[in-house]
Amino acid sequence: MTWSDTVFLLPEIILTLGASALLFVPLIGERGAGRSAKWWTLVILGITAASVIVSSNAVVGMTQTATFAAMFALDSFAIFFKLLFLFAIAMVVLMSEDFLRESRYSPWEYYSLLAFALCGMMFMVSGVHLISIYVGLELMSLSSYILAGYYKNEQKSTEAAMKYFILGAVSSAILLYGISLIYGVCGSLNLADIDRAMSTMITNDALMVGIMLLGAGLCFKIAAVPFHVWTPDVYEGAPTPITAFLSTASKAAAFSIFARIFYSGLHHFQLDWSSVLATVSALSMIVGNLAAITQNNLKRMLAYSSIAHAGYALLGIISLNAMGIRGVLLYTLVYVLANLGIWAVILMLRRHEYAGEQVDDFDGLYRRAPFWAFAMVVFLLSLGGIPPTAGFIGKYFLFAAAVQSGFGWLAIIAVLMSAVSMFYYLRIVVAMYLKEGAAAEVSASGSLRFVAAVCLAATLFLGVLPRPLIDQVTYSSRRLLVRALQADGGR
Amino acid sequence: MIPTQWFLILSAILFSIGVCGVLTRKNGITIFMSIELMVNAVNLTFIAYARQFDQLHGLIFVFFIMAIAAAEAAVGLAIFISMYHHKDSIDVDDANLMHW
Repeated sequence: MTWSDTVFLLPEIILTLGASALLFVPLIGERGAGRSAKWWTLVILGITAASVIVSSNAVVGMTQTATFAAMFALDSFAIFFKLLFLFAIAMVVLMSEDFLRESRYSPWEYYSLLAFALCGMMFMVSGVHLISIYVGLELMSLSSYILAGYYKNEQKSTEAAMKYFILGAVSSAILLYGISLIYGVCGSLNLADIDRAMSTMITNDALMVGIMLLGAGLCFKIAAVPFHVWTPDVYEGAPTPITAFLSTASKAAAFSIFARIFYSGLHHFQLDWSSVLATVSALSMIVGNLAAITQNNLKRMLAYSSIAHAGYALLGIISLNAMGIRGVLLYTLVYVLANLGIWAVILMLRRHEYAGEQVDDFDGLYRRAPFWAFAMVVFLLSLGGIPPTAGFIGKYFLFAAAVQSGFGWLAIIAVLMSAVSMFYYLRIVVAMYLKEGAAAEVSASGSLRFVAAVCLAATLFLGVLPRPLIDQVTYSSRRLLVRALQADGGR
Repeated sequence: MIPTQWFLILSAILFSIGVCGVLTRKNGITIFMSIELMVNAVNLTFIAYARQFDQLHGLIFVFFIMAIAAAEAAVGLAIFISMYHHKDSIDVDDANLMHW
């Protein structure tokens, strides 16, 4: 390790300094003024994004991609997700402005916590060692617990934070126990060393228990059945911009690390863990979609829908092939775009100071705001995976990957459940276009319009012209895949 | 020298006690103590393995876990205090505004 290795960490260093600066700015005179907080945060995120590009270009010339005792890698996989997280957090920052102004809480700590959570995600996705992965994961989780309870005068928000905290802490402990058993069997915490140790190993109980506990901890983070019970309550209770954050950036981060660990660390025992994960995936799709049908609160409905989407994304991890890993990357991206758009539209609707949380808040939206009603339709179709939108591409890759690797029955469940999901997505469309009513008024601020428009443009563009994105994810997933395929004799 | 298995059995027992505590107790603080017990059982596993392998990795991980557990305690207790302001109780059964 030399001084020049710090270039690997440059984005995280800048972001940490920026997030700390956000805490200190109000102390030197900027008191009370919420307006400038947003711009400070966006500037910090912009500089961080630029430094991701700079450091990734600098790393291309180096011989190794991992540094700091092989704990931290800046490969194309990490760069893809870092830019995705930065985009999602920037969108959440833009969405939060109205909420912060109305609730009269200090915006500085809020943005600082978001930046620290982002820092944890970026650190985690670069982690190729279980210590760095765990530390990143906890930085993200601890910031999320606080953010979920940020609306502290609101009882629901506090309750959400408490449930999220208790279940999150338990899942971290379970994850750690899994890591400790894997360490005990393999004698190392580095994913590459674990991979090497496992290549000469036969199935043994301690290892299986370790992998299952690690998987259970990660399934909690992506909210897969049977570790999903926290999701609807936390999504409902948390402030709506934070729900947007939890269901997009935080979830994408969990998918990324799930893929990293299972593709580059544990793929030798695919036969053993894939059947268990397949069950989890099938249960998530079935329970998530069926439970979503019964919901009238939109936040809860989207929570159950996000449980189902965790089930779809798991297909890509279970199948462990080139289609699968590309599917995970693609799906994460299109899911984040569609969900951010939906949350932006929800935040535009106001009723009694609250965002439009109920399905009937959407009644007759077409009359009052035809463009945003159209945008909502596109986002919902994308979540449902209907062709002209980006969601189709993601689902196509995931389902094809499952079929290729012999999980045809799982692909059939996934297709059937996608059809079921259209039922409750279309319920919102029906409310917007066919029902009368003006329960909620539309008050779209400039930033909300911007977020929804960007997500709409991206969802449509990637649905019509997916080629550049597919090339990009093929490149980004290459390194992760090389290792998985080498070991299986180039299957 | 005490065989590694003994430590592993002890830590498995401690972890199970922690899980039972989380599942059966209602008081927020007691649940949090049970979680700490689970985490410390994991620490014991790491230390036992690190001794067996004569490695530092496991020991270093324990330091990270302890530091993070301290941060987690700070966040968790703050959330419990906030809960107490609303409900005059930190009984998890009282957190029942949202269901199904």
